[in-house]
Amino acid sequence: MKMRLLFLTIFWCGCSLFAQDYFPKNDGVKSKNNNYTAFTNAKIYVTPTQIIDNGTLLILNGKVVQVAKTVSLPKNTVTIDLKGKHIYPSFIDIYSDFGVEKPKRAPGSGRSPQYEPEREGFYWNDHVMPENNAITKFKYDGKKAKELREAGFGVVNSHIQDGIVRGTGVLVTLNEEGNDGDRIIDDKSGQYLSFSKSVAKRQSYPGSLMGAMALLRQMYYDADWYAKGNIDTKDRSLEALNNNKSLVQIFEAKDKGNVVRADKIGDAFGIQYAILGGGDEYQNVEDIKKTNAKLILPLNFPDAFDVSNPYHAEYVSLKDMRHWNLAPTNPKVLADNGVAFSFTLHDLKSPSNLKEKVQKAIEYGLSETKALEALTTIPAQILGKSDKIGSLRTGAYASFLITSGNIFDKGTTLYENWVQGTKNNITSMDAKDIRGEYDLSLAGTTYKISITGEINKPKVEVKQDTVKLGSKLSFKDNWLNLSFATDEGEKNYRLTALAEMDSEDLNGKLVLPNGSESTFTAKKMSDFSEKEKKDDEEKKTPELVQVSYPMNGYGYKAKPKAEDILFKNATVWTSEEAGILENTDVLVKDGKIVKIGNNLNAGRAKIVDATGKHLTAGIIDEHSHIAALAINEGGHNSSAEVKMEDVVDPEDMGIYHDLAGGVTTIQLLHGSANPIGGRSAILKLKWGESADEMIYDNSPKFIKFALGENVKQSNWQSFARFPQTRMGVEQLFVNYFQRAKEYDAKKKSGKPYRYDEEMETLAEILNGERFISCHSYVQSEINMLMKVAEKFDFKVNTFTHILEGYKVADKMAEHGVGGSTFSDWWAYKFEVNDAIPYNAAIMHSQGVTVAINSDDGEMSRRLNQEAAKTVKYGGMDELEAWKMVTINPAKLLHIDNRVGSIKEGKDADLVLWSGHPLSIYSKAEKTMIDGAVYFDLEKDEQQREAIKQERNKLIGMMLKEKEGGAKTRTPKQSKKQQMTCETM
Amino acid sequence: MKKATNLLIVLILLVVTGRAQQTPGPVQKEAISIDGATAHLGNGEVIENSLIMFENGKLTFVGSANNKIARKGKVIKGKGKHIYPGFIAMSSALGLVEVDAVRASDDQDEIGDFLPHIRSQIAYNAESKVVESMRPNGILLGQIAPNGGRISGSSSVMQFDAWNWEDATIKADDGIHLSWPSAFRRGRWWAGEPRGYQPNKDYQKQVDEVTSFIKNSLAYGKDTSSEKNQAYAAMQGLFDGSKKLYIYADSEKEIIDAVSNAKNNGVQTVVLVGGYHAHKVTDFLKQNKVAVVVRAPHNLPAFDDDDYDFPYKLPKLLADAGLLVALQTRGEIFQARNLPFYVGQVAGQGLDPEKALQMITSNAAQILGIDNSYGTLDVGKSATLFVSEGDALDMRGNQLTHAFIDGRDVSLETHQTELWKRYMGKYEGE
Repeated sequence: MKMRLLFLTIFWCGCSLFAQDYFPKNDGVKSKNNNYTAFTNAKIYVTPTQIIDNGTLLILNGKVVQVAKTVSLPKNTVTIDLKGKHIYPSFIDIYSDFGVEKPKRAPGSGRSPQYEPEREGFYWNDHVMPENNAITKFKYDGKKAKELREAGFGVVNSHIQDGIVRGTGVLVTLNEEGNDGDRIIDDKSGQYLSFSKSVAKRQSYPGSLMGAMALLRQMYYDADWYAKGNIDTKDRSLEALNNNKSLVQIFEAKDKGNVVRADKIGDAFGIQYAILGGGDEYQNVEDIKKTNAKLILPLNFPDAFDVSNPYHAEYVSLKDMRHWNLAPTNPKVLADNGVAFSFTLHDLKSPSNLKEKVQKAIEYGLSETKALEALTTIPAQILGKSDKIGSLRTGAYASFLITSGNIFDKGTTLYENWVQGTKNNITSMDAKDIRGEYDLSLAGTTYKISITGEINKPKVEVKQDTVKLGSKLSFKDNWLNLSFATDEGEKNYRLTALAEMDSEDLNGKLVLPNGSESTFTAKKMSDFSEKEKKDDEEKKTPELVQVSYPMNGYGYKAKPKAEDILFKNATVWTSEEAGILENTDVLVKDGKIVKIGNNLNAGRAKIVDATGKHLTAGIIDEHSHIAALAINEGGHNSSAEVKMEDVVDPEDMGIYHDLAGGVTTIQLLHGSANPIGGRSAILKLKWGESADEMIYDNSPKFIKFALGENVKQSNWQSFARFPQTRMGVEQLFVNYFQRAKEYDAKKKSGKPYRYDEEMETLAEILNGERFISCHSYVQSEINMLMKVAEKFDFKVNTFTHILEGYKVADKMAEHGVGGSTFSDWWAYKFEVNDAIPYNAAIMHSQGVTVAINSDDGEMSRRLNQEAAKTVKYGGMDELEAWKMVTINPAKLLHIDNRVGSIKEGKDADLVLWSGHPLSIYSKAEKTMIDGAVYFDLEKDEQQREAIKQERNKLIGMMLKEKEGGAKTRTPKQSKKQQMTCETM
Repeated sequence: MKKATNLLIVLILLVVTGRAQQTPGPVQKEAISIDGATAHLGNGEVIENSLIMFENGKLTFVGSANNKIARKGKVIKGKGKHIYPGFIAMSSALGLVEVDAVRASDDQDEIGDFLPHIRSQIAYNAESKVVESMRPNGILLGQIAPNGGRISGSSSVMQFDAWNWEDATIKADDGIHLSWPSAFRRGRWWAGEPRGYQPNKDYQKQVDEVTSFIKNSLAYGKDTSSEKNQAYAAMQGLFDGSKKLYIYADSEKEIIDAVSNAKNNGVQTVVLVGGYHAHKVTDFLKQNKVAVVVRAPHNLPAFDDDDYDFPYKLPKLLADAGLLVALQTRGEIFQARNLPFYVGQVAGQGLDPEKALQMITSNAAQILGIDNSYGTLDVGKSATLFVSEGDALDMRGNQLTHAFIDGRDVSLETHQTELWKRYMGKYEGE
C-alpha cells in the first residue's frame, strides 16, 4: 500500500512540474497535479540553525509551501511519515564544471612563442574571455548528476574553468525528471576569474603570476574607458565584462597567498570577489580575514605520505608534513576567525569523498552547523539565491535530503534526495534493519552470525565457536543472501531469505554444502549496538602540531619581536666616515640604533657581550631573485606594468639562508627577459612576516631594465620578438620613452586619457620618481642607455651586473650612475668574455658608487666573502670593500637614510659576526632587522633539534595512518626552483 | 687605496717587462730558494720560517730556514709570505668549454650513454682563457672530466701551463666517470609535473643497465679473440686497478647500490663524487676504501630541513669520520678558481685549516694517483707550488707572487689582468 502511494506521489509530482502551461500537448490530454505533499514527523533543518523537531514540510509544484511544527494540511495532501528521520536542504556545489566540456589544450607553439592574439573584435589578450557563457556549452550530464545526488547535492553552479577571465556561469538543479527549462535557475550565475591562462590559447602574455595580475588591472581600466565611449572599435570582451559587472564575481585563487592577491585587485576596483581557496588558509588566517571575502574551500585534505621507506621519507619536508597534519583544521580555523566559507567538490576525486572529508573537518573541530552552512546557506548567499536554494524556507525549491539521522554521522544513511519536488531514491527507506547477533543451528552445530555496518550495506561475520569462517553477505530490497564456509574448507552453506518487517528472526531457504536444499531459521539473540562509536571517541582530538611562521621547518613558533639590546665591546664597522671602531658599544632601542659609544648604560636593554666579535650593518643585496614566485614577465618586450611586490614569497627558504649569511635587505628584481622589465620590491628579510610586512614602507620606486643577450633572446630558440639586436634595443627604449612622454603630457594637460599602468610607470622614470636598475654587460649598450636617458633628460640610477663597466667607468661617473656588479663571474656566455673581477675596483677608482650583488640564492648568503674578493682583485681597501655590500647598495637603492651603516637614528639592521666580516672563516651569529633578531646561531641549533624531533613525530603519525589502512601517497619533494635573472 | 696603487705599479711594471700571456714558463734552468716563508706542506704540516729549494723541477730541500745551509740559485724572500703545493681541481671541465652558452665552444658532453672510450685529454684546450685564470688563485693542476650520459668518459690529469694537451698531461685516462642513476628524479615541470623530486620508477632498470655494461666489459676482457669493442676495452683499467671509477651519487641508497655494484663486478677502486648523504654511510665507505670528492661547499642545502651550513660542513663531517676527502668545484667552470675559498669555508666550520687544505692537495693527489710527484711539498717531488702574500684560503690573503709548475716559473697574468691594466692605464693617463 505504502509503496503504491509513493509511486503515485512521484507520478503526480512529475506531471505537475513539467507540463508547462503554454506548451502544446499532442500525446494526451492536458492535466495538472495540484496536490500537496507533506513530510511529517521529521527533524527538519529549515536552515542549519533553524531546526524543527517533529515538524512537517509541505510542498507543492516543486516548492516549499510551509514548514513548521504543525501545519494544517490541505485536503488534497499526500502524506509521507518520516518518523525518526531528518530532512536537510540539499547541498550546493558552487564551484563546478558540471555539464561543461573542458577546453582542449592548444598544441605547442613551435619555434617561437606567439605574442599576438588570435581573435578579432575582442580584447587584445586571448586569455580574457568575459564574453564566454557557460550556458552555451551546457549539456546536462545524467551520469554525473546521479553521482552528485548520491552525495547529497541538488544544485551545482558550473562554469568554463579556463582562462583568466572566464565569463559567466550557469546555476542548475540536478533534476533528473525535468528538462533544462526546469533545471536552469540562472544562466548568468556569476562571472569567473583566475590567474591562470587558458590552456586553449597560446598567446604568451601573461607568462607569470604578476603578469596576470597586471593584465587584470589594465583590463578593468580599459573596461571603464570603453564604457565611457572612448574606444571606437568593437571590443566584445570589454562589452561583456561591463555587462557582467553586476553579477557575483568569483575568483579562483587556490592558495592562501593568491587569495590575498586576488582580493587586492578587487579592492582597487571596488569589487569584492568570492574566492576559491586552496586549503592552506589556516596558515595565514589574519590576512585572509582582512580580505572580507567569502571563501570557497576545497576539501582535498592531503593523504599521509608513505614514509615506510626512510630513504623516501627524507624527501618530504617538514612543511609538507605539517600541512598534512593541519590541513583538516582549515575550515575550523576559518570558522573560528569569523570567515564565511562554502565548501566545494572542486579538486576532490569523486563526490562520494565529500562525506568522509566533511567528517574529517568535523573531527578536527569544525561545528556541524558550520559544515552544513558551508554546503547550503553560504553558497546560496554567495550566489545571491538564498530565497531559492540552500534552505527550506517557504518559497524555496523543494530540494532536500531525507536521512536516517544526523547527516554527518558515520552510520547515517541518505535515503532520498528530492530535487525540485521530485524524488530520487538513494537507498530504500523501507529497508529492514537486520543488524544484530543471530544464532543459526545447522546439523547440530551452532553458528554465530553477527551483522553490523550500515543498514543498507550490512557487514557480516560468521563464527563457529571462536573460529571465524569465510563469509559473504548481500542485502538488497530486503532480500539477503549469505554464504559461509564450513570448517571442512571449501564446502559452503548458502542461505537466502526475505527479511520480514514483523519478524526478528531470519527465515528462508538453505542450500547445504552437498547441494540439497532445506530451510533455516537464524534466531536473533540481540540488537545491533553502535560499538564502533567508542573507537571513534578514542580517536577524537587528533594530535596537532603547532603552526609556525612561516610553515617551513625553520619557521618560528612566535614571530621575532624588536628587543632592546646593548652590544658590548664590539669591533664596529660603521660603513661611515668613522670607519672601524674598536671596543665600542652599540645600543638598540625600539628598532633603532640609538647610541654608539663606550661604556654605554644598558638600562633595560639586554646585554650581548660582543668582545672579540665584529658588529656591522646588515648586508644589502642590490640584485636578488629569492623570495619570489615569479621572476620574468617575458610575454612582452616591455612589462613595466608588472610588480615584483605582487609576487613576494615570504616562505622562501632563501630568506632564512640569507639571514644566516648576514643579509637583511634585498632588492627583488624582475628578470632580464625583456628590455623593460617589471617594478622591483625592496624587502627586509623578516622571516615569518607576510609579504607586505617585508616590503619597505614608502619604498623607493625601482624598475628593472635589461640589455644584451637575454633581451635579444640570443641563447634560446626565439626569433619572433623585437628586438633581436642591440640596435633594436635602443629604438625600443626611444619608442617607449617617447610614448610615455606624450602620455604624461596629455595626462598633465587635464584632458581625458586612457589610464595605462605601463605608461604611468615609464612616466615616473621621466619625472625622476622611479629609478632604473639595468642589467648590462658590454660597454656599447651601457653607453647607449646613458645616452638615451640623457636625451629624455633623466639619469640611469644603477647598472646592475655591469661587467664591462670598467671600460666606461669615466662615462658612468660623469652620468652619475652607480654600478652593482658580480665579484668574479664570467665565461658563462659570450657577452661576458671581457668580464673581469677587477671591475668593482676600477669603477670605484673612477668615483662610481659600487655595490657587489648576487643574482643567486647561494652567493647572496656569502656576500661578505664576495666583497672580500675586491680586496684580492684590485686591492680594495677593506673598509671600502665592506661598503660595497652595505652603505653603497643602500645608496643605490635610496635607502641609505635608513639602513646600510651603523649610525645613531638608523634602523637597527645589524649583524654580529664571529670574526672579521670579510674573512672566509667568519660566521654571522646574530642577524637583526629593526631590532628583532631574525637569525641567531644558538637558536638555529635548537631549531635543528626541534625539526628532527617534529619530523620523527609526524613520520610516526603517518606510519600509524598507513597501518590503520588509510590511503597514502608517494613521498615527493615540493621544492621551489632556484631563480636567477634568466628564470622564465 | 695607496696599497692598491702600489700594487698596480708593480703589476704594470711586470707587464712592461714584456711577460707575454699564455706563454708557458720555460724549463727550470736555475735553482730557486724560497727563504723565510710559512710553508704549508699539504700533508697537514706547517713549517714556519721555512726554506724551500728546488732544482730541475724537483724539490731538493724542504725544511726550516734556521738550517744553516747554502741557498741555491735565485733566492726569493719569503718572509711574511706563504707557500703551498699547487692546488688541484677535481672532476672539472676546464679546457673542455670556453663559454658555457656558446655551443661551438663546448666539448664537455658527447651523445650516448656508455662512453668510457671518450677521452677528455685530447680535447683539452691548453690555451683556454678560463684555465689561465686558475693560476693566479693557486690552482695549478686539475682532473679534466667529460660530462653527461651514464658513463661520460675518461678523465685525465692536466697541469695548467702548457703549449698543448700533450705537454699538459700529467696522467692520461686516470679515471672513468659514471653518473649513477637517481633513486629520485626531478619533476618534469615542463610537462605539468610539480617541481621537486619524486621516486624514479625506472631506477632499478637503469641500475641494471649499468651492471650489465660493467659485467660485459669484464667478460670482454677475458676473451682476447673477439672483435674489438672500444667501450668495453676502455673499461679494462678498472678491473686491473690502473684506473679508478668515479661514481657520481648523492643519496644513501644510491651510494650503497653504486659502491656494492661496482665492487661486486670487479671494479678495483671506486671514488664517490658528490656524496651529499655520504656522512650517513661513512662506515660503509671506509670498509670499501672509498674516497669522496665532495661537491663544492658553496652550494645551497638540497633539502629545506637541512642545516643552513650543511654544504659547508659536509667535507668536515667526512674528514672527521676518517674518510679520504677532496673537493669538486661548482657548476660553471670559471668557479674552479674559488677552490681555495671552498677550503677556507670548510676550515671555518672548525676543521684544522691544514687538514682542510689536504682536500685540494695531498688527498686529491692520492685519489688521482699522482701523489708520488704532486700534492705535497716533499723532497724529490715535483716543484709545483706557489707563493702567496697571505693565507691563500682567504680572499684577502690569496695574492700570488710566484707560481711554479714542475719548477717552471709560470705566468700569473691573464686576459683579465691585462684588461685591468689596460683600462687603469687609460684612466691614469698612459
